[in-house]
Amino acid sequence: MPTKVIMPKLGESVVEGTVTAWMKKENEVIEEFESLLEVTTDKVTTEVPSPAAGTILKIVAPEGETVEAGTVLAWIGEPGDEIPEGEQPPAQDHEPHETPDAESITDEPVMVRPAGRDRDLGYISPVVARLARDKNVDLDKVRGTGMDSRITKKDVLAYLKDHKGEAEIPIWETPADGDLFRPTELVFGKQKPETQPSPASSAIPGETLPLSPMRKRIAEHMVLSKHTSPHVTTVMEADLSRVMAHRAAGKAEAEARGIHLTYTAYFLAAVTAGLKAVPLANSSWTDTGIRLHRQINLGMAVAMPDGGLIVPVIRGAEELSLIGLARQVNELAERARTGKLSPDEVQGGTFTLTNHGTKGSLFATPVINQPQSGILGTGMIQKRVVVIDDAIAIRPMVYLSYTFDHRILDGASADSFLAAVVDALQNWPPA
Amino acid sequence: MAEITLVEAIRQAMDEELAHDPNAFIIGEDVGVRGGVFRSTVGLFDKYGEDRVIDSPLAELTIVGVGIGAALYGKRPICEIQFADFIFPAFNQIVSEAAKMTYRSNGEWTVPMVVRAPYGGGIGGGLYHSQSVEAFFAHVPGLKVVIPSNPYDAKGLLKAAVRDPNPVIFLEPKKGYRLIKGEVPEDEEIIVPIGPAKVSREGTDLSVFAYGMMHHYALEAAEMVAKEGLDVEVVDLRTLYPVDRETILQSIRKTSKALIVHEDNLTGGYGAEIAATIAEWGFMDLDAPVRRLAGPDVPGVPFSHPMQDWFMVNPDKIAEAIRELAAF
Repeated sequence: MPTKVIMPKLGESVVEGTVTAWMKKENEVIEEFESLLEVTTDKVTTEVPSPAAGTILKIVAPEGETVEAGTVLAWIGEPGDEIPEGEQPPAQDHEPHETPDAESITDEPVMVRPAGRDRDLGYISPVVARLARDKNVDLDKVRGTGMDSRITKKDVLAYLKDHKGEAEIPIWETPADGDLFRPTELVFGKQKPETQPSPASSAIPGETLPLSPMRKRIAEHMVLSKHTSPHVTTVMEADLSRVMAHRAAGKAEAEARGIHLTYTAYFLAAVTAGLKAVPLANSSWTDTGIRLHRQINLGMAVAMPDGGLIVPVIRGAEELSLIGLARQVNELAERARTGKLSPDEVQGGTFTLTNHGTKGSLFATPVINQPQSGILGTGMIQKRVVVIDDAIAIRPMVYLSYTFDHRILDGASADSFLAAVVDALQNWPPA
Repeated sequence: MAEITLVEAIRQAMDEELAHDPNAFIIGEDVGVRGGVFRSTVGLFDKYGEDRVIDSPLAELTIVGVGIGAALYGKRPICEIQFADFIFPAFNQIVSEAAKMTYRSNGEWTVPMVVRAPYGGGIGGGLYHSQSVEAFFAHVPGLKVVIPSNPYDAKGLLKAAVRDPNPVIFLEPKKGYRLIKGEVPEDEEIIVPIGPAKVSREGTDLSVFAYGMMHHYALEAAEMVAKEGLDVEVVDLRTLYPVDRETILQSIRKTSKALIVHEDNLTGGYGAEIAATIAEWGFMDLDAPVRRLAGPDVPGVPFSHPMQDWFMVNPDKIAEAIRELAAF
């Protein structure tokens, strides 16, 4: 009896996943717990181990397909095992292949090579490979005159001379380095593009970057958020002198305990104080009413090394000390950057903090992470001239940009929250 | 224009440099009264006197040591080591002193010295009079290593070597001393710069890289296979250190096949450096594996004639290697 491979439920509220890669093909043998496929959910990519040892009888969900948790992805068993009725996928619409008999093969002149290109081209020297790529030469068509009929540089040059003027494929339509001589469907997969490029964009020369699952999710979410909430952004500045002094004093001790004390931890602590002071800022809009969250679950946006971003969530921030927050920041950021977050760790946030100041941005208008009601952006900390008691002073200042859902908060309540955050930062440590 | 031998070109170069620069002098075994065992200093003792053409004791360490001291004092010594086989007693002076002097004195002291040495086999010299020593010195920054293959270059390169502020190891293919002849203009001064290699024969099928006697043979082999329809490019490296990588790579971009020839034995030989240069910077232009043709890995050039022939690379062996590489 074959074993089912099903789409796992990769988190509390994860209901679907996309098959991004199969590590094994049909008819290949696999051990139990050996990696079988790679699955991507909104923000997490994970490998799925094989539930049994045996032969892969059938792959049901091809790469690129998104299915609900619990859906059968493949069957594993012994060769010859029957796949249970009713579990088979609907018949594919392509025509069944007829097995040609031996006679018809030998009778047919070898005019057209099969798409698989089974001619052994022999040794391909570096210069031949380079010429073939640069000049778009199909080496299958070049006669080899070298040792053991290998194709020499001269053969390629002679071929080019004889076939001058043949339509050359523009360079941007050829596969990149390392993908020489492979049919494009092998290189890029068989999926059709999901959306047709607009006439305007296709008329302008350029290239189309494929959308990663993460990029798609970010795009969908950003559009959804802007459609859902009327965004308003308010900006205040905070003097970080006391935070800096506190951090300078406590940094070494924290380091000794293995904790990197970052400004992010202070901002999270100040946001927690602000949310406690103005509970309306820690809420979500629902059709039946504004839902005030009892817990403060803080998301922090982390940029990924290869683009995109992810927002791990620190749960129950109201119960954590500064050091507790710093420890969570360290751990989650590290796990985020190495792609090791579990799906549950990126869900359930009630408020988000984003630091857009790393490259010098002063203030921004962040987009709300739905279904939350607000997001706070921190700009670059810079020493600025400020007036204190009619005297000019130089202070480490930061702009805090707070985007809120105007359905829930008004200017006055939003500014009360932001003022509480500023107050917490400027009067650090809390009494 | 007069056709002269390789050794005559070398003699003329020293004659001209001694006349040109009163600081130049020659020191070596039998270079004075006898005029050198290969006759490369004939007539110079009578012309310039015993202070400028100095017969040394049979002590190579002393010859080079005196050269270094004199060079530091501002002289331009031309040290002759009678056979390259005998250069090893002076190895320490050359490698540890001459080569490093400018570097360790931060440019304050220079050693403008030439060490001339006839090298190579094929003359019935046996183990002690046939060695090729270029690989030892071409490994040492601070030295320049030059090997001419024809009278014109020999004269021009030796004159450039005498005027060079660095120590120059000038190795002369002694089998070619009288065998190789060529035209050298008499009425103009020739200086051939140290550094650039020379494409001595243009071709498109493959490139042969060689120097000294083997370059001479490579040209002969190229002529032999030309009758069979093979169009061979020959590059005379001329300066082994610093080597002219650009000329080598330019030739590879054109022909995509490389045959490196030297008489010295294969392993760790100078050809390995050329092969590595091509592999590292010319890989994407290659149409065949880089090929080396060199002496076999035995301790020396044998004395017995059949064994010497077995050891020595010659035009026939080069032509055969060319055919194999062309057929790849």
